[in-house]
Amino acid sequence: MKLLYFIITAASTLALITVLNTRQSLGGGSKTPRLGYFLSPQKGFWQNAEATDADFSADIKSDELQGNSNVYFDDRLVPHVYADNEHDAFFIEGYLHAKFRLWQMDFQTYAAAGRLSEIMGDTVNGTSFIGVDKFFRRLGMVYGAEHAIATIEADPETKAVCDAYTAGVNAYIKTLDESSMPLEYKLLDYKPEPWTNLKSALFLKYMAWDLAGGEEDFAHTNAMSVFTKQQYDLLYPYSGDSAVPIISLDSGRVFPKADKAMPPADADSLYFHFVQTAAPASQEPKPERGVGSNNWAVAGSKTKSGKPILCNDPHLGLNLPSLWYELQLSTPAFNAYGVSFPGAPTVIIGFNDSCSFGFTNSGRDVRDFYEIKFKDSTMQEYWFDSTWKQTTFRDEVIKIKDKADDTEHIAMTVFGPVMYDRSYPDKLLSGKAYACRWLAHDSSNEIRTFYKLDKSKNYGDYLDAVSTYKCPAQNMIFATVAGDIAIKQQGRFPLKWKGQGDFVMPGFDSSYMWRGYIPDSANLVMHNPQRGFVSSANQMPYDTSYPYYQTTYGGGAFYVYRGYIINRNLSKMQQVTPEDMQQLQTSNYNVFAEMARPLLLQYINESSLDADGKKYLDLFKNWNLINDPKEQGPVVFGVWWDSLMTTTYADEFAQSKLPLVWPDESSLLDGMKHDSAFMFADDITTPSRENDSDCINKAFSKAVITLKGIEKSNHLEWTSYKSSAIRHLLRIPALSRMDLYSGGGENIINAHKKFTGPSWRMVVEMTAGINAYGVYPGGQSGNPGSKYYDDFIDDWLAGKYYKLLFVSQEAIAQEKNLKGKITFSKS
Amino acid sequence: MKFLTVLFLTALLGYAAPLYFPWWSFAVTSFVVAVAIHQKGGKAFLAGFLGLFLLWGVYALLLDNANDHILSVKVASLLPLGGSTAALIFMTAFIGGVVSGLAALTGSLARGLRAS
Repeated sequence: MKLLYFIITAASTLALITVLNTRQSLGGGSKTPRLGYFLSPQKGFWQNAEATDADFSADIKSDELQGNSNVYFDDRLVPHVYADNEHDAFFIEGYLHAKFRLWQMDFQTYAAAGRLSEIMGDTVNGTSFIGVDKFFRRLGMVYGAEHAIATIEADPETKAVCDAYTAGVNAYIKTLDESSMPLEYKLLDYKPEPWTNLKSALFLKYMAWDLAGGEEDFAHTNAMSVFTKQQYDLLYPYSGDSAVPIISLDSGRVFPKADKAMPPADADSLYFHFVQTAAPASQEPKPERGVGSNNWAVAGSKTKSGKPILCNDPHLGLNLPSLWYELQLSTPAFNAYGVSFPGAPTVIIGFNDSCSFGFTNSGRDVRDFYEIKFKDSTMQEYWFDSTWKQTTFRDEVIKIKDKADDTEHIAMTVFGPVMYDRSYPDKLLSGKAYACRWLAHDSSNEIRTFYKLDKSKNYGDYLDAVSTYKCPAQNMIFATVAGDIAIKQQGRFPLKWKGQGDFVMPGFDSSYMWRGYIPDSANLVMHNPQRGFVSSANQMPYDTSYPYYQTTYGGGAFYVYRGYIINRNLSKMQQVTPEDMQQLQTSNYNVFAEMARPLLLQYINESSLDADGKKYLDLFKNWNLINDPKEQGPVVFGVWWDSLMTTTYADEFAQSKLPLVWPDESSLLDGMKHDSAFMFADDITTPSRENDSDCINKAFSKAVITLKGIEKSNHLEWTSYKSSAIRHLLRIPALSRMDLYSGGGENIINAHKKFTGPSWRMVVEMTAGINAYGVYPGGQSGNPGSKYYDDFIDDWLAGKYYKLLFVSQEAIAQEKNLKGKITFSKS
Repeated sequence: MKFLTVLFLTALLGYAAPLYFPWWSFAVTSFVVAVAIHQKGGKAFLAGFLGLFLLWGVYALLLDNANDHILSVKVASLLPLGGSTAALIFMTAFIGGVVSGLAALTGSLARGLRAS
């Protein structure tokens, strides 16, 4: 009997420990952490509950360090690095990124490499990680990163920077044990792998994907099956009424001959397959707009201090931990401050003693598709220039947690990887094979540009720094203490004939390939212009007289309204101060509504409205055009405008069940302003012919019904309607900040939308010693258990800035409220 | 007195063992303590339970206070415990306690086997 008791008890104990040491399934592919480990105060999540008065001081010794360096953490936990040599500076940057952001940088590079299934499993709660992995593998992300790292490592300077950075990351990883592991590793139950230079390249390719990975070639190809050429041009115009280019062309400028920009003779029959007459089915098209940014620099002639002021706010996906990590990085040779990407060396957006620099995305189309005709299903040979050409293969093995590996057998062509084939169908389900030609596949060394900018001293250094930069192309803004301001749209752009790459192209004829690249001499610089400022907001780089085809990856017009309102403000401003620039950067003024309101009010038939209709119309009429959090006008306007877009276009778009690109707001606004009987205003499902007035009134009556529902659920205020959130990368609400009190939005300088927005606001006055301000919606620590995890968010929402502490080691040592000092020395 | 000695030893070794071994290594020490210092089943279980219940509970409470509940609130909504820090600390202490108590009971019964 005693034996039986013993056996039962012993077995129960072991069973309990086993259960608590195993991840339990919650259904839908999601699993609990190993609960015993997770709850253990000595090993589990409690160890990540960082004391609010924690001191970050430490003494780090490594035989990979070359000298003695100090790092001071200021009151916001921004590290100020004083390294005695360059190698150690980048080693320390890697160490700090890992210490505060390891899980995030590791996770993002898993995503970029198409390896999420390895840690997440194939499907969790409806998210197909295997689907995401296959997409990135077939797109050629690893292929591109391999080319990039070969180029980075061929340059001794950038190789040394990356090697030091990688050594720093790995020095930190080596210190980790079960207890000190970041929270997410404990939740998901895996361990970090060693960092490599390739991972940094993968991270940068991830950014290239985010900023230059878009394409709508298939959807636009589909559009040709529905719309005539005339309709297509009205839906997706090359430029818009309010478009103000970034760089104005001097009238006398002579460009290199652009004779390569002629389409192939058979383009009309082989490529431009527009229907001749519009035919009258239903995939609901969705509005889709990518990421964007603002930057500008004002010359000393317009500022109070007489020195330039440079401003930048890149609008990107807002996540926790934040994309950015702020730091001061200095050696005896350079002293830079700004934000860096955890996962890559250098300061990316920021300034040094003499210069400041920032970026906005160009948004130009650098990714195209070619239809491949294979001889047979083995994909060994494909038809190219009247002969069968041999393919090579790239096998991408995707490891899947708790499952067998999946191998993507990808055929490689002269264009690049065959992204879509029978095993991986394209969006139009055509059953055909398509190769992807993407500029981010090519070898390039973007690190060099950031490294050189960090060290630049003058305008000449800037030109040299940006000269080799290829992808993702950026509007690179620059200002100096000496008084220069400049902007250049820098990147490598394929030389295309008009319309090339807007649709999928024939892949059996070399004449459809890119005709080389736009010469760098035609990437113009605007340097110290008469008007006293340079600016960009993802608009068209040059006007339509520019001899090369400049097109967005969306295939439509570039962004219009932010660029317009920024320039209108800057033109008027004089005696500018950093405070003025902060106000402009956080402005919620809706210039698009300013332009659209007269049109809507011109046609609305007030006498036909009921009490609710009159109430909402009055709200709209009396609105101050500012998208502040408490305003109701933006909701009425937004709902009415969305309703107008649907009323106008949904009937025509219902002609295809396959994906189509929803037109830009500017297409509709310009179209109706030009023509009171705008072609798309007609509802093609009715025998009568509707005009703009019919369309606008019908849209309003539908909007009123929607607005009543919104008001009933208490979401009529802009902040509550928009319900912005900054989500943890794993989309876990408890680790995210939901329902933020916020204004701004689409087409507004403060471009804060639901999940995207100004990811770093920076204002730098180029006075001696540099007078700089900045803030980002996150915090310096990636640890959800740290008070520094999200402590900037409330100030960022309120439009506040922090004065950036750009000081010498002697000065910082005197600072009060330091959060610790780490010394790094050779062991 | 014996009870308190066992409780104290269970907690002390239950803290020391995981410094070098996996989280569950305290179960081994709780078992060994119960074998070495014999108590009847019920008492053995209770001493083993309380030793770890107090160790994990107090340790979690200390970490949580120093952290101003920042993380416990998040984890308590994730698990889900409705964001209750107190429930999370209790759950932590209870799980540690039950594993240790069961291990101690097993130890007590093992000693009983040899004695007979």
